[in-house]
Amino acid sequence: MRLEVRFSGFGGQGIILSAVILGRAAVMHDNKFAVQTQVYGPEARGGASMSAVIIDDSPILYPKVADPDIYVIMSQEGFEKYGAHARKDAVMLIDSTLVYSRPDCRYIEIPATREAKQTLGRDIVANIVMLGALAASTRVVSEAALEKAILDSVPKGTEALNLKAMKKGIELAAGSTPP
Amino acid sequence: MTSRLEFWQGNTACAEGALAAGCRFFGGYPITPSTEIAEHMAVKLPKKGGVFIQMEDEIASMASIIGASWTGARSMTATSGPGFSLMMENIGYAAMTETPCVVVNIQRGGPSTGQPTMGAQGDMMQCRFGSHGDYSVIALCPASVQEMYELTAKAFNLADKYRVPVFLMADEVVGHMREKIIIPDAVEQVPRKALVKGTLPFKADSDGIPGFPQFGKGYGVHVTGLTHDERGYPCATNPKLHETLVMRLVDKIESARRDMADFDILNPDAELVFIAYGAPVRTVQQIMHDHPGDNIGFLRIRTVWPFPEFALGEFKSARRFLVPEMNLGQIAREIERHTKVPVTSLPKLGGELHTPAELLAALEAYR
Repeated sequence: MRLEVRFSGFGGQGIILSAVILGRAAVMHDNKFAVQTQVYGPEARGGASMSAVIIDDSPILYPKVADPDIYVIMSQEGFEKYGAHARKDAVMLIDSTLVYSRPDCRYIEIPATREAKQTLGRDIVANIVMLGALAASTRVVSEAALEKAILDSVPKGTEALNLKAMKKGIELAAGSTPP
Repeated sequence: MTSRLEFWQGNTACAEGALAAGCRFFGGYPITPSTEIAEHMAVKLPKKGGVFIQMEDEIASMASIIGASWTGARSMTATSGPGFSLMMENIGYAAMTETPCVVVNIQRGGPSTGQPTMGAQGDMMQCRFGSHGDYSVIALCPASVQEMYELTAKAFNLADKYRVPVFLMADEVVGHMREKIIIPDAVEQVPRKALVKGTLPFKADSDGIPGFPQFGKGYGVHVTGLTHDERGYPCATNPKLHETLVMRLVDKIESARRDMADFDILNPDAELVFIAYGAPVRTVQQIMHDHPGDNIGFLRIRTVWPFPEFALGEFKSARRFLVPEMNLGQIAREIERHTKVPVTSLPKLGGELHTPAELLAALEAYR
């Protein structure tokens, strides 16, 4: 089944890396098909950044995301630009530290930036907290595949920190109602 | 050895396909949306014993790959619209001097600097006719990350076989997306035909293609963009000689169009037939998948130049050809030239790929 996931936040949060890791987890470690695309443009620096991933059991033909099933939103501007029109049966993971709006669709609040800063000591891993929460709450990729894709993708020396961030995300999602 | 799975960007696959095909020289100037190709080659080429040079501009980039080719190297450059325009004069020089080389154009919105980060297919006619004078070239259009790899590798073989610049006419959509790719164990490399010693350097064999007198191998050879005789010496006022040379440059490509044609024919008995190349192929594939009972015909072309016009006749029941392009109908016009079947251009400007809904609406309009 085709599942479309859209990530949005501000430039520098690792929105695009999050999408690449998710696609990589699906293709390299879950034996599925995936296409990752992103919005390129000057506005991505500091402004709203967006990237999308399509995951399917069979080859993906049309490569663009029009109407996502799942959203991962990490900034207020990202919500307004790329999340506000989510359809009713979509699911949205929200970084509740940074986003104050709430959508009409089902949503899960993950205080990713607060936890990354306070518990893990580095707010830079907030995106990995969100990925952990995404895998745990939607099963769009397996946690094992996500762990491998994170290890493939993060800089050397940061593996332990990033795995802790993923586990924190899984833990935070466990406290929410599964969609 | 087993083939290898990767999750790569199209531009990465292009660079890796070139490396696998034995490309050992890259001269270029970074430009969005092709920059990742240069970045990847800058890292990888030196490790393979190759040379990467960031040139001062695209005029020099094109000149550098021509020079490298004459030393025997498989050479390439990668660019987009504005850089492609600057390359035009030296592309004609490569055609006239019969220099094998590969030019990658990750097309973005034009004219001028236009839309650097958005997709387009607006350079399809420029790659065919952009340099002055009459000549023929080969152009390939990939529609997936897998094809970015495979068609780049294929471009090198075609360039060496026909001694002509070969274009990989991709677009931002395919260049920038990441998807699953299977890397083959090895890529076929067809070697360049060497000139038989004692033969005049520009005397063609029966296939219209002269053997290659590589620099440094002991041939005495003069290379010029002027009209030249079989010795390679300028001879620019002999009408017959000029006509013979230009006709040979054109015929060696056009007469081989069936040999190099690469296309798929789906549902040949269909009345409504899509014709596409590059990214719009993906939208056509999607609506065919979603509407299997609708008998939608599809001619999906990978070698756009020379245009495989004989494929049009395979659709015996065709009532209309529908041609989605990310330009104002450049190849639709080429198709019209070859068929009596009505052709409807489905142009899309702005940088975004045709949506399935847009193509379905076009199909419904002609049911």
